[in-house]
Amino acid sequence: MVEFLQNIFTNDIVITVLLSAIPLVFIIAYVLVVLYTEMKISAHIQDRLAYMITGWHGVLQPIADMVKLLLKEDIIPERADRLLFRLAPYITFAATYATYAVIPFSSIYIGANIQLGAFFILASSSLVVIGILMAGWSSNNKWSLIGGLRSAAQMISYEIPTALAIIIAVVITGSMNLQDVTIFQDGGIQNWLIFGGPFPLTKKLLLLPFTIITFIILFIASIAEVNRTPFDLPEAESELVQGFFTEYSGLRFAMFYLSEYANLFVVSAVVVSLFLGGWSSPFGSFMSGPVWGIFWFVTKSYLLVMLQIWIRWTLPRIRVDQLMHVSWKVLTPWLFVCLLAVGGILVMV
Amino acid sequence: MSAVATYFKNIFHALYTVLVGMKITGSRLFKRSVTIQYPYVKKAIPERARNRLYVNIDDCIGCNQCGMACPVDCITIDTIKSTPDVDLGMTSKNTKKRLYIAKFDIDFAKCCFCGLCTYPCPTECIYMTDVYEYSEYERRNLIYSFATMTPEEIEMAEAKLKQYEAEQAAKKSAPPIPPKPSQPSNPSDGSTAS
Amino acid sequence: MKTVFQQSPTLPTDYTVAPGKITTTTGKTIRTEEMIINMGPQHPSTHGVLRLEIVVDGEIILDCIPHIGYLHRCFEKQAEHMTNYQQVIPYADRMDYCSAITNEWGYVLAVERMLKIEVPERVEYIRVIMAELQRIASHLIAVGTYAIDSGAYTPFLYCFIDREKILDLFEMTCGARLLYNYFWIGGLSHDLPPQFIEKAKEFCKYFRPRIKMVNDLFTYNEIFVKRTANVGVLPKDVAINYAVSGPQLRGSGVNWDLRRDDPYSVYHKFEWEPQVGKGEIGTVGDCWNRHIVRMREMEQSVNIIEQALAGLPSGDVQSAIPKRIRPEKDAEIYVRTESPRGELGYYIISDGSTSPFRVKARGPAFVNLSVLPEIVRGAMIADLILIAGSIDIVLGEVDR
Repeated sequence: MVEFLQNIFTNDIVITVLLSAIPLVFIIAYVLVVLYTEMKISAHIQDRLAYMITGWHGVLQPIADMVKLLLKEDIIPERADRLLFRLAPYITFAATYATYAVIPFSSIYIGANIQLGAFFILASSSLVVIGILMAGWSSNNKWSLIGGLRSAAQMISYEIPTALAIIIAVVITGSMNLQDVTIFQDGGIQNWLIFGGPFPLTKKLLLLPFTIITFIILFIASIAEVNRTPFDLPEAESELVQGFFTEYSGLRFAMFYLSEYANLFVVSAVVVSLFLGGWSSPFGSFMSGPVWGIFWFVTKSYLLVMLQIWIRWTLPRIRVDQLMHVSWKVLTPWLFVCLLAVGGILVMV
Repeated sequence: MSAVATYFKNIFHALYTVLVGMKITGSRLFKRSVTIQYPYVKKAIPERARNRLYVNIDDCIGCNQCGMACPVDCITIDTIKSTPDVDLGMTSKNTKKRLYIAKFDIDFAKCCFCGLCTYPCPTECIYMTDVYEYSEYERRNLIYSFATMTPEEIEMAEAKLKQYEAEQAAKKSAPPIPPKPSQPSNPSDGSTAS
Repeated sequence: MKTVFQQSPTLPTDYTVAPGKITTTTGKTIRTEEMIINMGPQHPSTHGVLRLEIVVDGEIILDCIPHIGYLHRCFEKQAEHMTNYQQVIPYADRMDYCSAITNEWGYVLAVERMLKIEVPERVEYIRVIMAELQRIASHLIAVGTYAIDSGAYTPFLYCFIDREKILDLFEMTCGARLLYNYFWIGGLSHDLPPQFIEKAKEFCKYFRPRIKMVNDLFTYNEIFVKRTANVGVLPKDVAINYAVSGPQLRGSGVNWDLRRDDPYSVYHKFEWEPQVGKGEIGTVGDCWNRHIVRMREMEQSVNIIEQALAGLPSGDVQSAIPKRIRPEKDAEIYVRTESPRGELGYYIISDGSTSPFRVKARGPAFVNLSVLPEIVRGAMIADLILIAGSIDIVLGEVDR
């Protein structure tokens, strides 16, 4: 992709700006689609129809929502810490957006082809916590403060299972670069890491239970990273009105919303790249190629996003201490066991 | 049960119930929704529905039974007695109307739709319709006036009543007319004088 | 410009909030500061305009002070100014607006007992059917809003779809969906329409699998169980001392139901069981047991409705309505009935005229709410929401 662009433009800065703007365009388009999807899936689960009037069956509603948020009055509470209050949404979004740099959308497009892709993802998704804490603290509202603190505790403790699951995938494939991991799984559905990886049958069958467990735990931890039900204490609507972003309105609220959905996509994208074959086609060489790669990648991630939406509208919320219990006492020990087992199998078989 | 066994049991129970829940919501995803697209489609209202009141003012005899029965005092009725020479007509139940209805206001901002006013009406002129879409922008537009008398008619009726009452009062307070002196009668033959 | 921190004047005086040392349960002294949070009158989960002042140490609640009165509408005073006993009934409806029929029944029963009126048997049967339908509708609201409080937004809509069908039945009978003015002193305002029995039977058949669906989706869900089991435990003796009643009392293991223990109307003719929390999950008296008592009571109500529909006698529903309602002078009566929230009592004093001298309503939600500070100490803020939701208050009844 870089070479292609270098043939057109000569200026390096322009190329960099273009390369980094592509995910932004994608995020904006994706957010409109996912808002509509969430609205309709949640409505049909609840036996009701969502918006039907704006556009055919409500297709234009996300645009209307975004326009409404942009037109709202910008309120800053009187006693709020003005600098932090203004900065918080942008830090959250910037941290989420930074993660898009190392996601391989296709075999020819990856924002930054660095050898430490997985590590970079873990690092930059931790920055989101800072933005949330800033929002909670600077709102000068006890409820926002509680929401922000809960969120910090939650995100930090769910970094561990995420990191361990990513480590397991890295250990199997041998590289932290997500592009390499995806190429490792290329060639058809039987090569995906969730089914054991492209190994001979005995090794695959031995690895299979552990990779499935790792996939499930990574999925659960990624829901927790994004603050979605059942882990949505920081924005528990019934308790804290809107949690850490109660006091936000208008464009800042839109930034938080945008970063929540962008984060949703990026954690699904990470799970897909690591375990579900990334941009590789499940049929091997049929329907594969650079452009098909984008299609497969976006479809698989989007299916995981829909699964997260489905879970959100089914389950109640977990309490803070139970959340800690799940993370530290359930997810982490199982992942340690999986790591040991996977390492052992890889060495011995 | 040992702690280890409870630990594993909890995990599997958690996963199982989550999957059961997801199955229920997932299956409802493909069933038909129950929403109807109001205001393009409206639900049928049963015939006993208690919504906005209507008064057929031609049948109203001005007894104020409905006003007295209302628990929130939303019905205001002002009547003017009619003089005997005026014929106000008959109601549909064939009773004679004797009162002019100067004012019959129902304040729908206060009405609690209990229906208590419809039961005591002797002519059944006040009844509940099935109209429920009558929102207004101003609260004073919710005061419905059912009386049809213009202010001039009211003035005329009041003036007439006053005049009639003054006449009645004058009749009562005037000295009694002495009886006509009778002709001296002839007691002997019993025949009356011509 | 600094504001001076004002200690709330309603806190008990032997409890001061001071930054500095507090001794924790382990005995170590650490320097912490409690926070007073206000769960204000406007809040998504206080079920109405209830203000809770919470003294909190981190996430653990140290004390909770409810402030009520935001929905006081002077029902009792209004009742004295009505021109007759009949006119009080629309006001009684509006006290507990989620279960209006049981409010009406309590009042009407009190006046009927004062006047010593015997209502026809058909009226009794219809009253039982309507009250049990109303009980199901009220419990559906309780369960639905409890689901929203705990984060599951879907069961609420399933419950309300079922509730729509019940409200359609009511609208077919008396014309109104929420506030009925249906029970009159001595009878009913309308007899059942011809298609009511058919539709009610259809509803009963439709509703039973829906209870199971909500149970599968929500009640037995491990996350919900973890959040409500062993939370907000109300021991038996504390419940009885606080005069708690209804599903809250039965959830604490006390087998007391006014429909069986202080019988009125024809409940003794049907086969049904008051449901008691047995502690099959969690401890007896916790939120889960109160919740499962409500779910099971809905099933029992469906049983009662089916039996009543099968045995409905014929008759005239308005034959016993008196022309003039005028109890004798200085007559007093207190009558209690089982509303979906508990023991609803009416104490009426008459002074010989056509309007009551004093009507006092004993609202079950008011008494049940008084137990909240007791059971909430030591729980977390997230638990407070669920405990307050499991008490199932309706502010209209708390404040009247």
